[in-house]
Amino acid sequence: MAEPLIRMTNIRKSYGRVQALEDANFHVNEREIVGLLGDNGAGKSTLIKVLSGAVPLTSGDIFIRGNKVSLRSTSDAIAHGIETIYQDSALVTQLSIARNLFLGREPIKSPRFLNRMDQDAMNTVARDLLKQVGISKNIPPTTPIGSLSGGERQAVAIARAMHFDSDLIILDEPTNNLGVAETQGVLSFVRSARDSGHSCIFIAHNIHHVFQVVDRIVVMRRGKVVADDIDPKKTSVAEVERIITGMSDKEIRDAIADGKPSH
Amino acid sequence: MENHSLVQRLIARPEFGPFVLLVVEIAVFWSFNHDFLSPQNISNTLAFTVELGLIALAMTLLMTSGEFDLSVGSLFGFSPVLMWTLFNSGLTSLEVGFVAALLVAAIIGLVNGWFVTQLKIPSFLVTLGMLLVVRGTALFVTDGFPQRTWSAEGSWLAEALVGDFFIGPFRIYMSLFWFIAAAIALGYVLTQSRTGNWIQAAGGNPSAARARGVNVSGVKIGLLVLSSVMASLAGVISSLRTSAANPNSGTGYELEVIAMVVIGGTALTGGRGTIIGTVLGILILRVMRNGIVLIGVPGLAYNIFIGAIILGMMALHSWLERRHQAGT
Repeated sequence: MAEPLIRMTNIRKSYGRVQALEDANFHVNEREIVGLLGDNGAGKSTLIKVLSGAVPLTSGDIFIRGNKVSLRSTSDAIAHGIETIYQDSALVTQLSIARNLFLGREPIKSPRFLNRMDQDAMNTVARDLLKQVGISKNIPPTTPIGSLSGGERQAVAIARAMHFDSDLIILDEPTNNLGVAETQGVLSFVRSARDSGHSCIFIAHNIHHVFQVVDRIVVMRRGKVVADDIDPKKTSVAEVERIITGMSDKEIRDAIADGKPSH
Repeated sequence: MENHSLVQRLIARPEFGPFVLLVVEIAVFWSFNHDFLSPQNISNTLAFTVELGLIALAMTLLMTSGEFDLSVGSLFGFSPVLMWTLFNSGLTSLEVGFVAALLVAAIIGLVNGWFVTQLKIPSFLVTLGMLLVVRGTALFVTDGFPQRTWSAEGSWLAEALVGDFFIGPFRIYMSLFWFIAAAIALGYVLTQSRTGNWIQAAGGNPSAARARGVNVSGVKIGLLVLSSVMASLAGVISSLRTSAANPNSGTGYELEVIAMVVIGGTALTGGRGTIIGTVLGILILRVMRNGIVLIGVPGLAYNIFIGAIILGMMALHSWLERRHQAGT
């Protein structure tokens, strides 16, 4: 079998005495959208933070295309082609679309010592990218992010990841707080990102959104990966929900019944 | 239609409000007292305006990055005291004393930056502490007395910083050119350079900027150093022009400078800043101080007007902001 794009083996992460991840094993193949599911506190965000360089791991190894890497900061992760898009937080609202797209990697006009940004080039690229990610409205690239809608902001963040050739785009709750049409927009960006050769990790509480777009579902529970090869085409939402909670139908009914008298 | 949209674009600029205010202010003062626009009065107003202005320019960049510097007023007083003390004691020439004063200011800026970025203490508190340390040092070293100053005439340093000459009836100091050069350079940095993009990002959303590999701490430390050095330079210029070095000079300047920057349209919360606006803000407050005296309002009433202008401009900005967001 071919080496996956990302392989994380025996990942442990503890915050003091709390074990957030216990020997988690996880991989993402090339051109694959993986849905990462799990209840609150299951370890999804910790796993993602480790992969995006935001928190250091306690032990374990991360391989990118078979090469062992150490991700000590978010810029390390970005340099290795791993781009994380958090809801709303990845953009500077005061800056324009073009300035956000190139933040930290602004093209410079010669002579270099003047340190002058090539704003024409930035605006041209931004205009093309906005078309690619399906923003059909004619939004000038000099518009500040602050006056865009939630879905448009996600689109800009995804466009940025696609432009800088990220191999892996991590989307953390990208459909939260979005309207129906905007959600469909984001889901279609994710598909087009895969079609142009990127892999994605898609984290969402809304299982239905995950089912619509992913190739494979991974479920975490209490810091461990409990299922990592669920095919959304052959599995029902209810079955996945059972794996997430780790309870059988009867246990769920009992839990609800137990809870009742106290309410 | 072309003209129409050009006018609309001008009105939509954040600097438009302060610009109108300045024009109205000048017109009102002039209608009360025609001497207001006399060459002598303009020359006098400009001389001190550019000294405070140098501090305000640096403060604009610093506030855009989301930080404050309250220690600029005390550095304005401390640096010339240090320079003259070194010179008077015979330890150094005036030039070396000048360089030493700027270096000490840079170190003070570095210390501010270290507290703000490494210990993560709000710059408001850090520089408030530094204000007291620097002012206290100036008072202690001098026993509270003004330093003896030579009329620095003949020194090339004094000529370069505050040498004066006449253009027609206007008496112009060299410091005006330093101010213009600083305004152009810092305006360029803020709007055209990639550093400017980082400054705005550092103030607007520091965690996003950091995630993109922007060295937010480096940007902030650099700007705190710049602000200290500019305050020090302004203090030395002022001291050479007036031939005075008083350890108490500059008291309260930090708030006046911040008021200038905010009136010009730079966001108090960071992320957005404008050098053109700051230049207008500098002129608005200095013209106000000069004009009030000229039309016969008691000088002590000055603060009433400054406070009212600040409140009025804040109201205007928040109204424009809301209208802008509702419109798009």
